[in-house]
Amino acid sequence: MLKKLLPFVEHAIKKPVWDCRMCGQCVLHSTGMTCPMTCPKTLRNGPCGGVRENGHCEVKPEMQCVWLKAYERKVSLPMPTVWKDHFNELRPPVDMRLAGTSSWVNLVTKRDQQTPAGWSVINGAH
Amino acid sequence: MSLLRDKLENSNDTVFTAEFPSIDGGGMASVVRDVARLAPFFDAVNATDNPAAHAHTSNTTTAIAMKMHGLEPIMQVVCRDKNRLAIQSDIMGAALHGIENVSLLTGDDVTAGDEPEARRVFDIDSIQAINITRIMMTGKYLSGRKINPAPDFYIGAVENAAAPPFDYRIERALKKHRAGASFLQLQICYHPDRLEAFCKGVAKIAPDLKLIPTIVLVKSAKALGFMNEKVAGINVPQQTIARVAAAADQAKEAYDLTLELARHALTLPGVRGLHVTDFRHDDSLHSFMSDLGQRPRN
Ligand code: SF4
Repeated sequence: MLKKLLPFVEHAIKKPVWDCRMCGQCVLHSTGMTCPMTCPKTLRNGPCGGVRENGHCEVKPEMQCVWLKAYERKVSLPMPTVWKDHFNELRPPVDMRLAGTSSWVNLVTKRDQQTPAGWSVINGAH
Repeated sequence: MSLLRDKLENSNDTVFTAEFPSIDGGGMASVVRDVARLAPFFDAVNATDNPAAHAHTSNTTTAIAMKMHGLEPIMQVVCRDKNRLAIQSDIMGAALHGIENVSLLTGDDVTAGDEPEARRVFDIDSIQAINITRIMMTGKYLSGRKINPAPDFYIGAVENAAAPPFDYRIERALKKHRAGASFLQLQICYHPDRLEAFCKGVAKIAPDLKLIPTIVLVKSAKALGFMNEKVAGINVPQQTIARVAAAADQAKEAYDLTLELARHALTLPGVRGLHVTDFRHDDSLHSFMSDLGQRPRN
């Protein structure tokens, strides 16, 4: 019951503030509290090369680049240092099976930390 | 070992790379013609993957055709059209055919192309694609399933030194390096100050990351204006366009500008070569290379 209800509650809270897309594996804390899933290319490891001179998005000229916003917030917002340190971590590919599920539940159960068996990162890339 | 890798890792020579023209028909005869034109000047040439979101002959088959005719390919793989399975199979296809350089990039959005109604994929991003290629070099797919023997690649990537957020571009380049990239081709940059800050920042932390800035041969102020307006992530300062526009001989002024940018780029830390894009299609590529002290190779 709770499992069914939580995605609704989570979406109701996160949608208005962060335009949450319910990917089910929330990384907001490490991306300057800016949701990377609102990037039209859903990039999770930083901005593409197409950012316009005025800082707007290659795909949606009317929108500020999500990653530019994320970077500015990371630099300027008062946030725990460990969150700031996580900004440059190499985030793994999204698990598409988690779409629509509650990231809160997935955080508690550590389901959101499961990566494919072959995935690994080196050289302090976390 | 690929020639590009050997030159970048085991010598101090300047390398030159270029883009192989997209193939839209023309058959192997067109490949032979383009190989003959490029081989005298370039160490390795990019086999592109639907550049600017336009469909063309595929990255893998272009790379195979180039290699077959004696030109070393850098096979590009972009994240726009393929999911993680297809990207891994591209990489395995490259290994099967002895293609040794691969470059992983995000890719322009579908809206930049002539089929903007297409579904964009972006299942993984460029940094994840670099990391997955590195993982495959350890003998396994992303799933953990074995690859035996493990393929070997010289991994590259692309970065835009001149697009916002400027400070972060350095961190992103370093992140690509940590994921497995040994060289970076840099996008067109008409801001020498930005390029300089970027190269210095990268070289300070990752002196072994090889940087290859792009230089474009153009003929006119109009061409610069076009790039400024139409190419994603490229900004050409108004005074640069005005300088060429005001010249009596625009083609010459544009050439001089290119040469200045090239010479400046080659003095920067970490820079090991140039990626040359030729939009002039005249004989200026010859003079450009000889002005940089390069002789055609046989
Ligand atoms: S410009 Fe920014 S928001 Fe737009 S596609 Fe690129 S990274 Fe995403």
